[in-house]
Amino acid sequence: MATVFKKPHALTDKPLHYCPGCTHGIVHRLVAEVLDEMGIEGETIGVAPVGCSVFAYDYFNCDVIQAPHGRAPAVATGVKRARPDRFVFTYQGDGDLAAIGTNETVHVGTRGENITVIFINNAIYGMTGGQMAPTTLPGQVTQTSPYGRNVATQGYPIRVCEMLATLDGVAYAERVAIDGVPGIMNAKKAIRKAFETQKAGKGLSFVEVLSTCPTNWGMTPKDAIKWLKENMESYYPLGCYKDKE
Amino acid sequence: MNKVTFKTDLCKGCGLCEEACPKKIVKLNPDKLNAKGYNVAEVSDEDMAKCIACAMCARMCPDCVITVEKN
Ligand SMILES: Cc1ncc(C[n+]2csc(CCOP(=O)(O)OP(=O)(O)O)c2C)c(N)n1
Ligand code: SF4
Ligand code: SF4
Ligand code: SF4
Repeated sequence: MATVFKKPHALTDKPLHYCPGCTHGIVHRLVAEVLDEMGIEGETIGVAPVGCSVFAYDYFNCDVIQAPHGRAPAVATGVKRARPDRFVFTYQGDGDLAAIGTNETVHVGTRGENITVIFINNAIYGMTGGQMAPTTLPGQVTQTSPYGRNVATQGYPIRVCEMLATLDGVAYAERVAIDGVPGIMNAKKAIRKAFETQKAGKGLSFVEVLSTCPTNWGMTPKDAIKWLKENMESYYPLGCYKDKE
Repeated sequence: MNKVTFKTDLCKGCGLCEEACPKKIVKLNPDKLNAKGYNVAEVSDEDMAKCIACAMCARMCPDCVITVEKN
């Protein structure tokens, strides 16, 4: 018998605390698969955010630090500058990365820090109970936009990938989606590419992953994936926005 | 025969594996709960023969419940 699929080594045995069907778990696994395949688990340092993935340090077998809300890129900058021989990545939600941490996000890009940022865009604040995020879609109902996001008063969603791609320090920026198995395979390829970009010392590598939050979207996990495909992918087109030679 | 095994105590009954299986042999068992209280996913003994070991179910599972072996 040949094993076709099993849990990657870079994930611990700790049961994930995420809600049923939450795609955070899938993205954790993809990062772990890439660490396994590149053989870099022992030389990688992760930085966890504030948000549902705050406990990421329990789930990865590599070292992980947990940063204050939005500050993961600043913490990762310090880690990487102190230990340039290590692979350093952050794992952040959209409230963390695109609201309270926007400043850090932009400046880690413009400084061209040689780290990898994994950005979970689920169009909502998950951990705190489903408030509107900068990435919430126009018309999308959340706890703080009960009549749907009104762009006249609440502005438009931020397309972070496109925005960061304009910065010279950003070496690689791609948007992928957990919208089925092909999307998952594609997301893994992008995460691998991001770590390879870091290995080559090219500058910031950034992967935006369109993800689901079934609980706060008020949907079954299956319907949430369908909703992502039908609503998020038109506002947030998938693809590679930057790939520096 | 190919073999799909479930770490049933980790399953959250989300059903994403069900949807992903091209052979439609992964099913939530309405009569079986795990300690967390979720209806668990499984492949029945008779359906296991239809498994093509594509690992679609396992790749879709957020909780690393599933191991797939090919023979
Ligand atoms: C300084 C500070 N401000 C606010 C909060 C409250 N808070 C906790 S998580 C969170 C947002 C989480 O949303 P997101 O980053 O999208 O991650 P998700 O939970 O959806 O994965 C907020 C505002 C906090 N913990 N610290
Ligand atoms: S609240 Fe949303 S993002 Fe957080 S674990 Fe639950 S489904 Fe996932
Ligand atoms: S390995 Fe493929 S065919 Fe077998 S149960 Fe999983 S999804 Fe279905
Ligand atoms: S995808 Fe995983 S957690 Fe969800 S029902 Fe299937 S085995 Fe259980």
